[in-house]
Amino acid sequence: MAIDYTIPTQRKISSLTEPAFVKWILSAAAIIFLSAFLVLPLIVIFSEAFHFGINAYFDSITNSEALSAIKLTLTAALFSITFNLIFSISAAWAITKFEFRGKNLILTILDLPLTISPVISGMTFVLLFGSQSFWGPILAGMGIKVIFAVPGIILATTFVTLPYIVRELIPHMKELGKEEEEAALSLGANGWQIFFKVTLPNIKWSLLYGIILCNARAMGEFGAVSVVSGHIRGYTNTLPLHIEILYNEYNFAGAFAISTLLTLLAIITLFIKTFISTKD
Amino acid sequence: MEAVETPTTIIKRRKILPGFGITFGFMMLYLSLIMLIPVSTIFIKTVGIKWDEFWNIVTNERVMHSYKLSFSTSFIAALIDLVCGLLVAWVLVRYNFPFKKIIDAFVDLPFALPTAIAGISLTAVFAPDGWIGRYLSAIGINIIFTELGIIVALAFVGLPFVIRTVQPVLQDFDREVEEAAATLNANRFQILTRIIFPGIRPALITGTTLAFARALGEYGSIIFISGNIPLKTEITPVLIMSKLEQYDYSGATAIAIVMLLTSFILLFTINLIQWWNTRHK
Repeated sequence: MAIDYTIPTQRKISSLTEPAFVKWILSAAAIIFLSAFLVLPLIVIFSEAFHFGINAYFDSITNSEALSAIKLTLTAALFSITFNLIFSISAAWAITKFEFRGKNLILTILDLPLTISPVISGMTFVLLFGSQSFWGPILAGMGIKVIFAVPGIILATTFVTLPYIVRELIPHMKELGKEEEEAALSLGANGWQIFFKVTLPNIKWSLLYGIILCNARAMGEFGAVSVVSGHIRGYTNTLPLHIEILYNEYNFAGAFAISTLLTLLAIITLFIKTFISTKD
Repeated sequence: MEAVETPTTIIKRRKILPGFGITFGFMMLYLSLIMLIPVSTIFIKTVGIKWDEFWNIVTNERVMHSYKLSFSTSFIAALIDLVCGLLVAWVLVRYNFPFKKIIDAFVDLPFALPTAIAGISLTAVFAPDGWIGRYLSAIGINIIFTELGIIVALAFVGLPFVIRTVQPVLQDFDREVEEAAATLNANRFQILTRIIFPGIRPALITGTTLAFARALGEYGSIIFISGNIPLKTEITPVLIMSKLEQYDYSGATAIAIVMLLTSFILLFTINLIQWWNTRHK
């Protein structure tokens, strides 16, 4: 019996993709949507920031309040990234190299800061260390101030950025398995040697990826930090809080000028992220 | 020294990859200090509130309005993300066009851009004299200081969740299944609705739920665009914040616990979907 191959082949081509005009319309719709929704807000930041010219712009980002906000933002990010980096490596090692009960529960808990409102995250530290709490007066007696002070800002930032590094490490380390580490062990390497010579080179890109995501979130965190900071100018103001204060004083150009700093950070983050994803 | 490598010695060694005690211990200590103890204070504080008082707080007109507003705007924003996110993910995976790589990178902008900045720039774009707002206000639509403004900001922050959950699934989608269907004389519509859509449905649901959960808790972008008018455009996180600023910690806790339990349920649902999905693969 002769089989006619031509009809299924034609059929195949037409039903494997959409007609050209549908492709064109869908692509155009997606690009217009993304431009209006993502790119316009980005452009407006820079256009508003330079509203009063370049001198006003540089004055806004170099006055003493702006500089102290930059300093505090960098401090909070540095501490929270360091804490979360050490935690993430430990957690990823324990979770991906060993079996234990309750692992799924821990994996779920790790995602908590992503679904809890930042306001509630910040509030937990106010309840724990605020003036009405159990620990607040005790620590105050020892001269330690957590809420409305820098330690509170670091704690709140650490809380909200906790998942970012560990969530990049766990899937990658799981995929890599543990054969290489076991081989190193059987060749006589100790724990530190295994980690630094075998594991770290393998995970360096996902580790860096996690760190830049964590950094972007740490520097930009607003809700949680807003609750614990007390908004004390020149002392507990991070960059996002400084933006809010300027904006509420109708100093829009100033608010947008400060915004350009974090916006540039966001754009750089996106480019590093794209670069790393081509490495993996 | 061992002279012979037998399977048993290898198995023995496999068990002693070092560092379990210290890494596991540190992980538990850190999670307890940074997360579990702080979060549990909310529950402890709630237990201290009398039931009548609790009920009065959470059923107060202003609080109820904020719950309704938060849920409805988050839901609509998540639906917008679902439709637009699916479109963008589809176009990015299946079609080719100039600057695709850059556009793809920009999808993550709402993740990377601080929410306060998203709030003030969206407000500027959608204000009555803004680049988009001027055309909308010409036809009588006001975005800022209305529910629409809240929806716009929530859709903005949630968009990458849908795209980034659906995109890898579409990418890994086995084209051979489509080809097989095509040789069985399925047309494009049948392939889309019977093969591709069921394949990406779990990812779509997960992404949309994540966007919804994120929207419920969103604070930074909303305070600038919504105007925070009680009984009109005041969402729950903003209300919690105003209670905290008045040092009304019981009020803030009671309102927060309802939100927190909702987050837990959503998180549980997402995990359930993923578990169900891996089981049925």
